[in-house]
Amino acid sequence: MSPDVNKLTVKDYKTDLKPVWCPGCGDYGVLNALYRAMAELQLEPWNTVVLSGIGCSSRLPGYVATYGFNSIHGRALALATGVKTARPELHVIAVGGDGDGMAIGGNHFMHSCRRNLDVTYILMDNEIYGLTKGQTAPTTPTGDKTKSSYYGNPEPAVDPVELAISVGATWVARGYSGDMKTLTKLITQAIEHKGFAFLNVISPCVTFRGDHQFKEIKEKLRYLPEDHDATDRTAALRYVREKDVVTTGVLYRVEEPTLGDRLEHIRMVAQGDGEPPTTQEIINHFMPLS
Amino acid sequence: MRKVIKGNGAVAHGVRLARAQVISAYPITPQTSIIEELASMVAEGELDARFIKVESEHSAMAGCIAASSAGARAFTATSAQGLALMHELIHWAAGARLPIVLANVNRAMAPGWSIWTDQNDSLSQRDTGWMQVYCESSQEVVDSVIQAFKVSERVLLPTIVVLDAFFLSHTYEDVEIPEQELVDGFLPPLELPQKLDLEHPAALGNLVFPDRYMEFRRKMELAQQHALGVWEEVGREWGELTGRPYGLLEEYRTDGAELVLVCAATAASTARVVVDRMRDAGIPVGLVRLRVFRPFPADAFRAVLGGRRKVLVLDRNCSFGHHGIFHQEIKSALFELPAAEQPEIRGVIAGLGGRDITPEDIEDMLTRAWEGRLEEATTWWDVLPAEDPVRAASVRS
Repeated sequence: MSPDVNKLTVKDYKTDLKPVWCPGCGDYGVLNALYRAMAELQLEPWNTVVLSGIGCSSRLPGYVATYGFNSIHGRALALATGVKTARPELHVIAVGGDGDGMAIGGNHFMHSCRRNLDVTYILMDNEIYGLTKGQTAPTTPTGDKTKSSYYGNPEPAVDPVELAISVGATWVARGYSGDMKTLTKLITQAIEHKGFAFLNVISPCVTFRGDHQFKEIKEKLRYLPEDHDATDRTAALRYVREKDVVTTGVLYRVEEPTLGDRLEHIRMVAQGDGEPPTTQEIINHFMPLS
Repeated sequence: MRKVIKGNGAVAHGVRLARAQVISAYPITPQTSIIEELASMVAEGELDARFIKVESEHSAMAGCIAASSAGARAFTATSAQGLALMHELIHWAAGARLPIVLANVNRAMAPGWSIWTDQNDSLSQRDTGWMQVYCESSQEVVDSVIQAFKVSERVLLPTIVVLDAFFLSHTYEDVEIPEQELVDGFLPPLELPQKLDLEHPAALGNLVFPDRYMEFRRKMELAQQHALGVWEEVGREWGELTGRPYGLLEEYRTDGAELVLVCAATAASTARVVVDRMRDAGIPVGLVRLRVFRPFPADAFRAVLGGRRKVLVLDRNCSFGHHGIFHQEIKSALFELPAAEQPEIRGVIAGLGGRDITPEDIEDMLTRAWEGRLEEATTWWDVLPAEDPVRAASVRS
């Protein structure tokens, strides 16, 4: 039997641009897993938008043959909100790094989670600012020496997964860029989820964090236990701020109305069953009672 | 002490010698190595300051405002998008009359993304009340950072010290780094007339009603005007101490020049070579380099350009809809001259987004200006034709 000519393959999602990430960068793993997940879901490139802010990982939209937008530093989710609200039928995938998403764009992260915006957000977490060559990020562990903290980072780090669960994301997972099989599954599920799907990918920076990272993380890596109840927020929070292990899998997953659902609901309520009100009826409604 | 350092390193040395007390910053190319070097100086104990790496440029300027309000000498560095994100607080720093110094590495604004030089980022902050000084060399950078603190603290207005991306920020040059004792004698410790003080509690940032707001703004304008003389005085004093005097603008071979080129920053180094070459060929050209842009040295421009036959202004920037920005401002200053003394002015917009401005470019534009072959008030230099003004954005091969 000849292969289905209409079936999209990984190749169909690649562009002519060659990634310029450093050899060994974790982001290659994320990009390849994204290609595979898109092919598995047969995501129509013409109905898909990949958005980013600024940073090494924010180059990703250029490497994916969908609509793309490499936007302003920290604003990927703000733009995703606009795209999804205007065109709810599109698949909207926002990507970026920990500096982009947790520092300069941190406020947008909280509000996208809270609103249950129906987009997928993949954070490539390398615990450092890579594009500007190695300064502390909000996910850099306390005490680490960087180019902006010569005697060790004085600040406690944020765990993006903990933050996402706390402020209302409805699908939260942790992945690792060196584990292609699991990562592809996680990205597939993230895109399928209706609501804000947040995937934090441990994606080592070999240049500014050292290539020993892959080995260290591999030793710490473990999967969520089979009996983990992903609808239990308290259970999910057991796997945040981990020190000696890195647990990957879907930590939290619930069904809630999305921002789009709620907006549509308000529109229906306001409009009622009949014809939209006339301008005069609207004016009368707001006129103070005499 | 002589050292071979890059422009960004010269900023860091200037800040160190000025004994800045708080540095609040966020990394952005091509500025990052300024704050990295400062972080290192603080860590090594070469600079007794607090270094705060915040989560955005908006917060970086907020940090400087808070530190300065408490009476500390505050510094930050940024570029392009970072400066734009600071904009709200840029207004605040000037309105609150805080003598903060900021180094901006000129970088073109997105979209399309660019990390290379042009002046639209700093010039977009023209009307905020900050002073602006444009540097040509790493030596001028280190000297200007120190002078900027002194002038800012005298007139109580913040200063942006500007240097070109890569052409200056990342180019290594031989620099005389002043001794600490010399700088200490020149720049006394900061004593603000008003600051946050536990002994004398006061609230900052209150609502100002229409019966007072305008008076505050008028004082900012007066301070800017006063600052012209202060920059001249401070530049002279620096010259007496170091042998390197500075003015509001710098003239090069303007004696007998009938055509004068005006430009700023590193393009002036290129222009100097061309002026020499053309003078040797018997063409009476000269160069004026704009250094202090705010306050604008209108009197100085009238004095040096009045009575010349022709003036050509080279802008590495554009005020879309109305010429290059230096061109506009110089033309406006010269309008106050008697008609007989007004030169013919032409503008050239060149080198946006880091495109090279070569000696050949400058020689060609000067030759065309001299021969009266620049027909338009402003010519876009070395640019692909854009036949359709609306769809010109999409240049297809």
